[in-house]
Amino acid sequence: MDAILMQEKLVERLLCPRVRTARQKEKQYVGFATLPNQVHRKSVKKGFDFTLMVAGESGMGKSTLVNSLFLTDLYKDRKLLNAEERINQTVEIIKHTVDIEEKGVKLKLTIVDTPGFGDAVNNNQCWKPITDYIDQQFEQYFRDESGLNRKNIQDNRVHCCLYFIPPFGHGLRPVDVEFMKALHEKVNIIPLIAKADCLTPNEIKKLKDRIREEIDKFGIKVYQFPECDSDEDEEFKQLDKELKECTPFAVIGSNTVVEARGQRVRGRLYPWGIVEVENQSHCDFVKLRNMLIRSHMHDLKDVTCDVHYENYRAQCIQEMTSKLAQDNRMESPIPILPLSTPDVDTEKLIKMKDEELKRMQEMLTKMQQQMHDKDQ
Amino acid sequence: SSIHCIRGTDLFGYIGIEAVLDQMRCKTMKAGFEFNIMVVGQSGLGKSTLVNTLFKSKVSRKSCAPDYEEKISKTVKLHSVSHLIEEKGVKMKLTVIDTPGFGDQINNDNCWEPIVKYVNEQYEKYLREELHINRKRRIPDTRVHCCIYFIPATGHRLRPIDVEFMKRLGKIVSIVPVIAKADTLTIEERQEFKERIRQDLAANGIHVYPQREYDEDPEERILNNRIRENIPFAVVGTDKEHQVNGNKVLGRKTKWGIIEVENVAHCEFANLRDLLIRSHLQDLKDVTHNIHYETYRVRRLNESNLNFSELGLSAVPLENGTADKCESDSHL
Repeated sequence: MDAILMQEKLVERLLCPRVRTARQKEKQYVGFATLPNQVHRKSVKKGFDFTLMVAGESGMGKSTLVNSLFLTDLYKDRKLLNAEERINQTVEIIKHTVDIEEKGVKLKLTIVDTPGFGDAVNNNQCWKPITDYIDQQFEQYFRDESGLNRKNIQDNRVHCCLYFIPPFGHGLRPVDVEFMKALHEKVNIIPLIAKADCLTPNEIKKLKDRIREEIDKFGIKVYQFPECDSDEDEEFKQLDKELKECTPFAVIGSNTVVEARGQRVRGRLYPWGIVEVENQSHCDFVKLRNMLIRSHMHDLKDVTCDVHYENYRAQCIQEMTSKLAQDNRMESPIPILPLSTPDVDTEKLIKMKDEELKRMQEMLTKMQQQMHDKDQ
Repeated sequence: SSIHCIRGTDLFGYIGIEAVLDQMRCKTMKAGFEFNIMVVGQSGLGKSTLVNTLFKSKVSRKSCAPDYEEKISKTVKLHSVSHLIEEKGVKMKLTVIDTPGFGDQINNDNCWEPIVKYVNEQYEKYLREELHINRKRRIPDTRVHCCIYFIPATGHRLRPIDVEFMKRLGKIVSIVPVIAKADTLTIEERQEFKERIRQDLAANGIHVYPQREYDEDPEERILNNRIRENIPFAVVGTDKEHQVNGNKVLGRKTKWGIIEVENVAHCEFANLRDLLIRSHLQDLKDVTHNIHYETYRVRRLNESNLNFSELGLSAVPLENGTADKCESDSHL
């Protein structure tokens, strides 16, 4: 709102003659330092969008965590299937969209849920519907971006995938490794230790170390937090370091509000005590939320656009041009220009077309001249 | 897949979404901005001086060429000069494109063609980068974001060359017309001149910046309407300072007084600067990117489909100059 007021004030000044005020300080001030505000104002008007995918077996607390993160109840009318119903269920993709507004900033949040993942007896390739979905969004964006009308392109690309690892095991299971490897070059993966309230602090530490080791061992590329700028203050750098050392985050979610230490908090009530979701000594929920929303949302989107999407696009174009080279009757569905190093055949074809065009242009000029002479 | 839509009005606490704005601001500040401004007008209308005054540094072509001679060139040649300027942590790469020779000859037919060609070439460059397989994270932007057109302060009306130029360029770039060397007009003469210019622009279907059809919402329309009622701004430029009432001001000293450039009672330089830099700089870039560039792109893609739909490949660009010529070419 402030940016808009400022704009209005500027226009006022633009148009009303006023007594000249002393502008000693503004001697050398040009004024383009307001650029970030100008950009800011447009973003506030447009709003942001963010697509978050959650993946993991049933009962890992995915829905609860999403509700806790965004403080709404997205799954009010959900029906839980029993085991029989789930035998023949395949992995589905379900999208929930929420429009959230806070302090004038609008966020269109899309949660992509993957019920059925890892639930079957035979879970071979159970990630395929998920990778297909992600690829479909890339393809749709690619077509939109290459099309003629680009005014209102909807960005449905998945910006981040929270992967829930069960706390019961001793590290990554084969399905965890295969899933993450199938997706790590298509989406930003953030692995989480789910239902961390069944582990003691020591157990959590051991599990985290083990998982980090295995991620390295298997060459899984999870989302990396960008490096801190050298000119950031020490406090920020310290926080950043703590964040990085804390991964994978051990999280707990809750749909219920309980009374703890005289306050109403989101938590889980057990006979032996109360687990507070937002208590940093109980779990890493706050770290996850801060990272996801308050500090790294923009970077997650950037990495999706600049790295994952560009890889997909480059691959796509390679495939298309190699197909075209083989079968030159095929029409290209999207516009492509000659590549940086076109092969000899393509060069010849281009030259031929060029000469044809020149001949046509000359013919046309001749015709026009003839018509002009006739009229005289 | 199924989609449910829920209004998130029952929030139980504070999520912290607005922090995204800060993240974005941080990133854009680090990356810096590019701004490309073109100045068009006859010799001697104060183009270089105005640009220097706008950015309070010697950014024009004249200031940068070591052995500069005041000669009228025989053809219109475009010169572009880039500078990196910084203010309060915001870095900007400013490029000033000068067009010496425009309107200076005896026969000025088609003197706008090199300019049209240049503008389209920048769009073409950007388009090629965008279609490349391995494209850069940030495509270097050399497209002309704003074209300041200098109208001499005759006090009468627009001249034929003004109309011809703005008709053609107005379709492909955002034009900001200014009345140059306005210190020869009284306030009444200035108002009447502006009114006649606005009439001439309307009569010839010329849309200058901010274009009415690109107003995004009623709020913006109101703001921009007030600007539209006051353009073209009457400007005076200088880099000399004088003492006025104990303050140092930028001004032109004459025997009958000092014309203070930044005094809105004297001339509209400050209004122009505020419009171009302090309030609408980002908007100028957005209009160039979202509208002018997209128009160019659509035209190019349609052209390639027309001639090479078999291959799906596009050849080197056709020699398209002005918009008029384009219409006849597409019927080939």
